[in-house]
Amino acid sequence: MSRFMVPDTIARQPWQVLIPLSALVALGAAVLYSAAGGSFTPYSASHIYRFIFFLGMAIVLSRLPREFYRWAAYPAYGGVVLLLVFVELLGAVGGGSQRWLDLGFMTLQPSELMKPAIILVLARFYETLPAAMTASWRGLVPAAMLIGLPAGLVILQPDLGTALAICFGGVVIMFLAGLPLYWFVGAGLGGAIVAPIAFFTLLHDYQRNRVLTFLDPESDPLGTGYHITQSKIAIGSGGLFGKGFGNGSQSHLEYLPESHTDFVFATMAEEWGMVGGLFVLCVFAIVLTWGLRVARASPDRFSSLLAAGMNATIFFYVAINLMMVMGLAPVVGIPLPFMSHGGSSMMTNMICIGTLMAIDRWRARPSRLG
Amino acid sequence: MKLLGNRHVSMATLRNSFDRRSVVIGGLQAGIGVLLAVRLGYLAVAQNEKYQLEAESNRVNLSLIPPRRGWILDRNGAPLASNRADFRVDVIPERMDDSATTIAELGSLLKLTAVDIRDLEDKIEKSHGFAPVEVASGLDWDRFAAVSVRLPDMPGVVTQRGFSRFYPLGCAVGHLVGYVGAASAEEYQEERDPILVTPGYKVGKDGLEKIYEQRLRGKPGARRVEVTAGGRIVRDLETREDVPGLPIKLTIDSRLQDYAARRIGPESGAVVVMDCQNGDIMAMASMPSFDPNSFSDGIGRIEWKMLSDDDHVPLRNKVLRGLYPPGSTVKPMVALAFLEAGLDPEESTVCNGGLRVGNRVFHCWNHRGHGSVNMAKGIYQSCDVYFYHFAQKIGMDRIAAMARRLGLGQEFELPVVGQSYGTVPDPAWKQRKYGKEWAVFDTVNATIGQGYFLVNPLQQAVMASRIASGRVLMPRLLYSDKPSNAPSLGIPQEHLDYVHQAMSDVVNGPGTAHRAALPIENIKLAGKTGTAQVVSLNVGSGKGGLWKHRDHGHFICFAPFDKPRYACAVLIEHGGGSGAAYPIARDVMTYLWAPDKALEMLHGFEKDWGGTAQQRLEARYRTYAAQYGDSAPKVSPDEETEKVREAEDTQEQSQPMVHDAQPPPPEPVAPPEAEPQPAAPTPATGSAPFIPLTPPPGTGGGQ
Repeated sequence: MSRFMVPDTIARQPWQVLIPLSALVALGAAVLYSAAGGSFTPYSASHIYRFIFFLGMAIVLSRLPREFYRWAAYPAYGGVVLLLVFVELLGAVGGGSQRWLDLGFMTLQPSELMKPAIILVLARFYETLPAAMTASWRGLVPAAMLIGLPAGLVILQPDLGTALAICFGGVVIMFLAGLPLYWFVGAGLGGAIVAPIAFFTLLHDYQRNRVLTFLDPESDPLGTGYHITQSKIAIGSGGLFGKGFGNGSQSHLEYLPESHTDFVFATMAEEWGMVGGLFVLCVFAIVLTWGLRVARASPDRFSSLLAAGMNATIFFYVAINLMMVMGLAPVVGIPLPFMSHGGSSMMTNMICIGTLMAIDRWRARPSRLG
Repeated sequence: MKLLGNRHVSMATLRNSFDRRSVVIGGLQAGIGVLLAVRLGYLAVAQNEKYQLEAESNRVNLSLIPPRRGWILDRNGAPLASNRADFRVDVIPERMDDSATTIAELGSLLKLTAVDIRDLEDKIEKSHGFAPVEVASGLDWDRFAAVSVRLPDMPGVVTQRGFSRFYPLGCAVGHLVGYVGAASAEEYQEERDPILVTPGYKVGKDGLEKIYEQRLRGKPGARRVEVTAGGRIVRDLETREDVPGLPIKLTIDSRLQDYAARRIGPESGAVVVMDCQNGDIMAMASMPSFDPNSFSDGIGRIEWKMLSDDDHVPLRNKVLRGLYPPGSTVKPMVALAFLEAGLDPEESTVCNGGLRVGNRVFHCWNHRGHGSVNMAKGIYQSCDVYFYHFAQKIGMDRIAAMARRLGLGQEFELPVVGQSYGTVPDPAWKQRKYGKEWAVFDTVNATIGQGYFLVNPLQQAVMASRIASGRVLMPRLLYSDKPSNAPSLGIPQEHLDYVHQAMSDVVNGPGTAHRAALPIENIKLAGKTGTAQVVSLNVGSGKGGLWKHRDHGHFICFAPFDKPRYACAVLIEHGGGSGAAYPIARDVMTYLWAPDKALEMLHGFEKDWGGTAQQRLEARYRTYAAQYGDSAPKVSPDEETEKVREAEDTQEQSQPMVHDAQPPPPEPVAPPEAEPQPAAPTPATGSAPFIPLTPPPGTGGGQ
């Protein structure tokens, strides 16, 4: 370790990303302050503390060497799967479903940890897989099992949103790892056939309703469609510049459900208008473009797959959440990164950021070992 | 990119593929980003106006404030119907998520009894979803607040501070004033006014409340409030006060009305008091009655059970809807017809207990006979033979004409929901109705107020007031300062004076009702008793036995006899004769001059009866509630309509054909001067065959 590490550390951070990100978190804190009726508690203050805490964690992650990531891939994956089994058992013993472990300062959802873990383990898997096997069953089946096990456990909880996120991350890695394109086309076609069947047999009633309501929100304006309708009213009534800080009637009068978590974007857009919304989109564009650039610039297979996967995970959160609040996707319980109040999602996203920062560092200082 | 993957794959090709595919991923991400931005613009800019409107309609809740109903006042300005500040709770069935849970929770918060909950469930079942159903009104602050704070958890529940209708006299004015209730679906269909389905809003359902609905209604106020999704009011934005409805002032004297209603006691009857100067109706009581205060939230199961079990037909306003043979109360009227026809009042006939016409004998109520009877004695001793005899000579047409002139068989212009005007029989009427010739026995029956004769107590009061004043007084219910310019009846004053004297003798002289004399010096009451038979003497004696078989008791009177000021008519259904009626008339008339004396009498009676009419009604409710609990049968709407129809459709009841003379029922009190009477009436014997007649169902009388 260098003696003058601190100034060096600060200078080497990817500030072009961290500054917009901090601004986004600050905006999130302001929105949460307003959603709590003009109070830092209970949402806003903890949002900032968590960001600072997890930013520290990300910086620590960014200092870890590539070898550590390589080495940690399978143990981390295995550990998280064990945690998933553990909460499943805990739920079975306690009666009813449980998704989290209480750590005291925050509740931890192991399924959240699985999102970066699946990326890490698949990146490692495809790095070690001989190139020639990529197009054979040996490139597909183990990866599919690595994805299917945690996805199955999460579906059991039941948490469709997170299971989809895990699958999405995994499939993106498989796609980028160079698996034959026609497999994806075939799977897509198969999905198109299986989806309607699954819709009527596998989904829970509430999930089926959410899909149906998404297709026609006005059919049930006071039931499940209520969320989408109220969210659209909040965003639409905000207009170009919004109603002003603290003046959002939809969120303050409780018409908007989950105004501080899943629908935080609607809360924001009502008060900050389309300008606020475009700012949020811009920050995500900066972060995601940076993430993809890091992936493309990485010289080795492990780093580039890992970076692209982390990028895809953040992207999945953002895209599904924003499409949901704007009425383009069914209501799935997925929070908006860096804005929604919630420790687990903040942790997952900061792990992704921290990993991207680490990969960025490996490229700049490829020879350095920890 | 090759679709088939059998070619050699190297690290270099994989890197290549990664570079290309990551561009695809980046492109997809950018595409979705653009899509989101466009969607955001569409919602926030293109559809901004629409969503702003929707947000505003979410935020602002416009609620109507039910207007305060106009008061109904008595002649002295005392309220018969007023409004009471009130805390109330309603539910709107359509908006409830889980009505069973909500009702259970309301039940425990409001401390409702099992009976109340049962009634509430019935009402919700019958309601039409959008229309509010009253859960409770007149709540204290604690219970009201307990519900108010839980509103967000109980969708469909509405709490309100408002005004509710209050009838201070309770059941004493039930029939007169009517009652209010939530608007029915039909009423809403007709008017389409949103105020009709505003919680707490009531429309008149009966009586004056119904007739003067538009005048009493007023204009609703409005309140714009900011509300949360859960219905909690955050702040008031704007309030427009309601415009209260206009009051109406009646000719009724509320204290007299209350007194009359209470004085009827446990009997089924009616009392009407009229002002002989202008026709003002000062009291119009029909008992038993219902408490309009408790009807305003609909008729509950216990109330329904009480109504159905009561053979006194509490739903019928007997003053206007009750039709009864008037009995001997028609005799002063018949006497006036005789006088007009030129009969010398001193012309006498001899009563030996019966009158032979051809080979028939028509009996007097007094089988021992009255001896020589002139007109005055015919009235004060109520001698039937006198009237049989001269009616044969004068003819029915003149008697019927006089009856109509004095108000019998007439419908009056009054703000009431309906009148049954009865029958004044004459030959033309019989020909029309039955296609039969008028027979001697028909005249015999009619002159003593039996046979086809049917009148209501209001007509009897009008008759009394017209005999008293000699003017065509029209009954008035709406107070007016203007004197009524009632024209003269055209009856010579000496005729009236003669009849007045005879009627005074009924009470103050050797008549049938000397106990009816007023306990006031210098004020003499003039009256006429009447006993109307309900079933033939071989079914019941008319005095005892089954309540339904007892005679009706009538009394018409006015006072002071020489300078008439007030007239009164009393009917007691199945009272066993006029003896049941005239003490009531006496006390009611006493109240007009000496209320203290009259009240003293009443308090004595009420000690025996178990309280005032209102107290007895409430006690009965408690007994029923304790006995049946929530197991009382449900009120079916059809049954309810049927019951109301039965109580109201008295005019259309079929009148069975009368085939012979009906022996008059005995008058109750033997005059002290007259020869002693046997305690029990002699059973009817003689040549006149008697065909027993059953009273038409529901009329409670009307032979």
